[in-house]
Amino acid sequence: MPDNRYENTPRPGQEHFVAPPEDVRVGVVDAVDTTEAPSSLWGDAWRDMRHRPLFWVSAALIVFVVLMATIPGLFTSTSPTECHLENSLGSPAAGHIFGFDKQGCDIYARAIYGARASVTVGVLSTLFVVVIGTLVGSIAGYFGGWLDTILSRFTDIFFAVPFVLAAIVIMSLMQDKNEFVVAVVLAAFGWTSIARITRGAVLGVKNNEFITAAKALGMGRMSILGKHVLPNAAAPIIVYATVALGTFIVAEATLSFLGIGLPSSTVSWGGDLAKAQSSIRVAPEIMIYPATALALTVLSFIMMGDVVRDALDPKARKR
Amino acid sequence: MLWYIGRRLLQVIPVFLGATLLLYGLVFLRPGDPVAALGGERGLSPAAEIAIREAYHLDQPFFMQYLYFLKGVFTFDMGVTFTGRPVVEVIAQAFPVTFQLALMAIVFETVFGIAFGLWAGVRKGKLFDSTVLLWSLVLISVPTFVIGFVMQAVIGVQLGWLPITAGRDPDFISLLMPAIVLATTSFAYILRLTRTSVAENITADFVRTARAKGLPRGKVMGRHVLRNSLIPVVTFIGIDLGNLMAGSIVTEGIFNINGVGGTLFQAITRGENVTVVSLATVLVIVYIIANLLVDVFYAVLDPRIRYA
Repeated sequence: MPDNRYENTPRPGQEHFVAPPEDVRVGVVDAVDTTEAPSSLWGDAWRDMRHRPLFWVSAALIVFVVLMATIPGLFTSTSPTECHLENSLGSPAAGHIFGFDKQGCDIYARAIYGARASVTVGVLSTLFVVVIGTLVGSIAGYFGGWLDTILSRFTDIFFAVPFVLAAIVIMSLMQDKNEFVVAVVLAAFGWTSIARITRGAVLGVKNNEFITAAKALGMGRMSILGKHVLPNAAAPIIVYATVALGTFIVAEATLSFLGIGLPSSTVSWGGDLAKAQSSIRVAPEIMIYPATALALTVLSFIMMGDVVRDALDPKARKR
Repeated sequence: MLWYIGRRLLQVIPVFLGATLLLYGLVFLRPGDPVAALGGERGLSPAAEIAIREAYHLDQPFFMQYLYFLKGVFTFDMGVTFTGRPVVEVIAQAFPVTFQLALMAIVFETVFGIAFGLWAGVRKGKLFDSTVLLWSLVLISVPTFVIGFVMQAVIGVQLGWLPITAGRDPDFISLLMPAIVLATTSFAYILRLTRTSVAENITADFVRTARAKGLPRGKVMGRHVLRNSLIPVVTFIGIDLGNLMAGSIVTEGIFNINGVGGTLFQAITRGENVTVVSLATVLVIVYIIANLLVDVFYAVLDPRIRYA
């Protein structure tokens, strides 16, 4: 089915109707299947994405990391917390392919089990950020007026504090630390970009004809927002959220490295990196494994966000 | 122009008050009573306790305490650190180094980021472009402190090309490696930003017109493509100052630089909460002012902003 069948309908902003060229054969016109749904934004994006190797690489990596985080037992039968000091800084042996760290723990097992903390913090804080940001941004953009003014100034205040700096301050004051607390703290100052993006996207959508049509049909304001505005503004939010997930994982590692993130009893890449740092002159290779695992995880999410953005952007697709 | 600056200044006031109030409110999350802790096991006499609470305005309600704090900020009196040195003195001593480091990092990231981004954008879709793009993603994915340690171990220790730590009164050479480390993530972002907008502008109608009227290629690239592509980069540098501040905590900690970030790093590792908050507040104030300057600069560059 040729995809250019809507080519001749006037587009928004186009002032004159362009008559179809003379040589359109009747057969082609008859062949147009009017019952077929027009291709959607996400359908187009999917058709574009599945031909990109980067999409499949990052998707495979994400599946792998999520498996590591949920069922680490699939990859190793060694416990990450079963450490024997006589193995301290031991070289790779049978069943321990990466060797041992300073405490005599199996580096491979710790690299596998460390995924859970990072992925939990990343997913939770992204979830919080998307919920808060979408809520604030869509209300500000859709209702406008004084509500927009108040919410936008409120967003500006939180935006004025760099979120890693804020997280460092809050975490240094916290007593009980776990994945949930770290995620909340990261999200507390990290939601502003999503709010701004959502507000912009909602502003772009809300003056479309189909919104006016829904209004004319008597649809309530909240259901228009939920059913028509938000789904059409979702693309930039999803792209940003994918990239943000990677950023949050890096931020968690930074906090753990500073010693104010997750407690040292939690197996995490950031904590292992901090421990590896003390023996970097003697055994620099210990740092490589958690660092690679962390970098690959972040890379897979950022790459996915990148591919999705390109696929959703018709300007990038045409060329 | 003046009207724009005035409006922008008015916008800064609520942001400044809100952000400092938020940070100051965080101190109250701190568990335990600092005054009671002063007395140790024997405890303070009631008279001494009341005197201390009065001296530090701790008997006043939260909002009054915040106002005293603001007064302190504006009169350069922000209390003392655990070692008894005034916070303002610590900052005054530490600030020049951090400023030099941040300036070097900004120069690195903009010069190299724009150069690589321009080159990649012109050759969009070619091998150079995809290689550079992939490497920029790798740089974004690796945490700054890992890059710092690896560079310190390889360039500093094994090859011995550059000094490992900066220490007291650092010179340009000893700040070179920390500045590069600090610049890496933002370099990758600037590169990607420049590349995207160059690739977009290069097919724009005004560029085609410029070419059609016979302008030499260099002039087309410099005057039309690059100049228009730099607008998002300028905004990014303003936002990026925030990343640089958080990054400088880690970088100055690793390379043992006595800057604001290094002092913050030490305060964090020693658990000096109040020093952490007051130093962070100073950083946020600097960030707000710097963003104001960037916005004004931006309006000078782009008349559309002024009249919007």
